[in-house]
Amino acid sequence: MMDSDVFVQSLQDLGVNFFTGVPDSILGGIIAELMNRRLYTPAVREDEAVGMAAGAYMAGKMPAVLMQNSGLGTSLNTLISLNVIYRQPCILIVSWRGQGGKDAPEHLVMGEVMPQFLDTMKIPHRTLTEKTAAEDFRWVADTFKKQQIPVALFITKGVVKGLHP
Amino acid sequence: MTMRPEQGTLISRAQAMAALLELLTDQPVVVCNGFPSREAQKIADRPTHFYMIGSMGNAPAIALGVALAKPNKQVVTFDGDGNVLMGMGTLATVGALKPKNFIHVVFDNEVYGTTGNQPTISNVVPLEKVAKAAGYVNTVRVLDRDDLVYEFQDLLKKDGPSMLLIKVNEFQEEAERILLDPPDLTKRFMNAIKG
Repeated sequence: MMDSDVFVQSLQDLGVNFFTGVPDSILGGIIAELMNRRLYTPAVREDEAVGMAAGAYMAGKMPAVLMQNSGLGTSLNTLISLNVIYRQPCILIVSWRGQGGKDAPEHLVMGEVMPQFLDTMKIPHRTLTEKTAAEDFRWVADTFKKQQIPVALFITKGVVKGLHP
Repeated sequence: MTMRPEQGTLISRAQAMAALLELLTDQPVVVCNGFPSREAQKIADRPTHFYMIGSMGNAPAIALGVALAKPNKQVVTFDGDGNVLMGMGTLATVGALKPKNFIHVVFDNEVYGTTGNQPTISNVVPLEKVAKAAGYVNTVRVLDRDDLVYEFQDLLKKDGPSMLLIKVNEFQEEAERILLDPPDLTKRFMNAIKG
């Protein structure tokens, strides 16, 4: 299991310097670490977070947005009618609720279809594992820079330490 | 829905926008989607304008991102009543974060003008009061051009976040679609607000 501070440091090492989002339990440890480092601007909806990140990008920042995968539904229109068509990249740190059908009922549909959902929207994605972490982070930064659109890194339960280990 | 008593005396959004743009110079301006962006492009097209063509409701969120990343630049957003209602949560985010360099202009015509003047609910929901309750420092409602110029000049001198809500009539200026391709708008805006 990866420590939250290692995760946050890895993103900072890539150049990420604007963090916003809406919390999820899987992301609890990461958000706590971002708050410790005074790097986190909380949003009230995921589409708002994506909009803020787009503004920050145009003002010279490299932004990341944290969200539960349900937030992909909430922010979909912003992702496609702002980020994709205007070529405004951001890194989406998305917790994969409902993975493998083992979660509360509200997470099961998105949990099952999430990768295909993003494929349909042509948003590149990858799932973080502790073993491949260095490569995963490099891929995220390269995709951000080359494609200039949102790129998603899925965080499954237990890969990054949460608030209550 | 009843007609507002003052409706016949109001100025148009384009007239209000022209008066504001005369007072602005190199401030970044994020303009919401639909006719407001098209009218701004027609009245005074500047590289410091970011015209939205989609993502309704997100104009203040984008402006907030710019304002947080550039705390020494005054950032303005031109918004509409339907847009504010759609992204009302952002009033709370702005009110809580209290960026001093954030000015939120709302052209309130009480209709979704771009789609055929279907009524919004801003005739019964005073949006500047919602902003005040959410934590905006200055909130003003104006009904005519003289007040609008006076109040906007005043807000430009004050620490925000501020909201200027302008009651406008439903008149829509004939204005063509946004001319530049979206990626070119991004690049132009980024270059214009550098430094």
